[in-house]
Amino acid sequence: MAETATATGRKVKFIITRRERPEAAPFTEEFEVPYRPNMNVISALMEIQRNPVKADGAKTSPVCWESNCLEEVCGACSMVINGKPRQACSTLIDKLEQPVRLEPMSTFPVVRDLVINRERMFNALKKVKAWIPIDGTYDLGPGPRMAESKRQWAYELSKCMTCGVCLEACPNVNDRNSFIGPASISQVRLFNAHPTGEMNAAERLEALMEEGGIEGCGNSQNCVRSCPKGIPLTTSIAAMNKDTTKHMFKQWLGL
Amino acid sequence: MKGNSYLPRKIHSLLGVIPLGLFIVEHALTNYSAYEGGKEGFSDSIDLLNSLPLVLWMEIFLIWLPILFHGVYGLYIAYQSNINTGRFSYGRNWAFTAQRITGVITFIFIAWHFYETRLQVALGNVSHEELGQHMNSIVSDPLAFTAYIIGVLAATFHFANGLWAFLVSWGITVGPRAQKVSSNICMVIFVIIAALFLLSLFAFRGDEFASAAATALSSVSVG
Repeated sequence: MAETATATGRKVKFIITRRERPEAAPFTEEFEVPYRPNMNVISALMEIQRNPVKADGAKTSPVCWESNCLEEVCGACSMVINGKPRQACSTLIDKLEQPVRLEPMSTFPVVRDLVINRERMFNALKKVKAWIPIDGTYDLGPGPRMAESKRQWAYELSKCMTCGVCLEACPNVNDRNSFIGPASISQVRLFNAHPTGEMNAAERLEALMEEGGIEGCGNSQNCVRSCPKGIPLTTSIAAMNKDTTKHMFKQWLGL
Repeated sequence: MKGNSYLPRKIHSLLGVIPLGLFIVEHALTNYSAYEGGKEGFSDSIDLLNSLPLVLWMEIFLIWLPILFHGVYGLYIAYQSNINTGRFSYGRNWAFTAQRITGVITFIFIAWHFYETRLQVALGNVSHEELGQHMNSIVSDPLAFTAYIIGVLAATFHFANGLWAFLVSWGITVGPRAQKVSSNICMVIFVIIAALFLLSLFAFRGDEFASAAATALSSVSVG
């Protein structure tokens, strides 16, 4: 089947920003990949991996990238595609302008080629305690129930896959700024909305009120425009602004 | 709460609206009296302000110190931000960038404006009665007039858009609809206050505010 498609001779041109080591200087390489109907960026990268030959015919090393689920739920294959950060798996070639430009999300440390290290996002989740503590020395019994109307919007927040697209889009996530980024702020809203998680709400709010916390948001709102899962990130941030402001006054007044 | 960036940023946000936002509205209204009431109206407004009790203390604690903190901390906030409107050319991202650029312009403009007006009054070079004439001589220079227009538009935008951001940062406007409505209201505030300032700037250029000597000369030549 692949043969019939390639017989048409159509090629898709790629310009990929690469680097060999984390500290190495980036460079670009051009590739021409045989077109197949419905191909996505990952399948094009797989084609380059099988046949690592540049557009000028010279051999090169295969391009490295990261991916797992291939259905936009794991967040591993985030990269900058034609200038915008998004998931390589759900980005269809048919919907892209050519040549297709692939770059790593350089807000994060680049490991090699398109592979980045998103460790800072996981550290941020640890910092804001984005979990529900239920472990104890005895059975705590069933937790309180959650209203269905609340569950519905909380579910939207739970779609976050820590992909890093919102951090890449945010103008305040950079080397001069300690802002933790939109994703973990939205997770505070999620876990504080949970009837059991709510019992530790103050701890999470206080984490957002530390250096590099929620005050780092400058309201550019690029995050909500970029999120591949359509999470209402700016609503989450504003809601946490409200809760941290209330918490600040409660602390002052000793309530 | 330990010493961290949360509190200074919160204070920065608050000071921008109270007292600085209130001051910019007061300043626009006072200046507008030059357009509405001419030389007499303007000097009445100045007399009214200077008849307020503790006026110097109000200037120090409600205007100068807040501007100094808001301005210096604001420069640091601007330094901490990237400009990425090239990749993300969304309206709010442009406003984010404009907020930082107009903030820097406003800070420089206010320093210059303070030196030319309030400091000269403090040094005794200009009296309260001469302020109208003084403004006339400043804005008669096309370069200074252009600088004033840019400065006034930058300051007004910075206030109006900052008011929008204040409402978000304090958790008053949470959802997208509330933020959309407040954005429209803030842009109306921008247009109104900018109009007040611009009208007064044009009023200051009028013959009425020209110095007595210059007025006498022009009336002689006309007569």
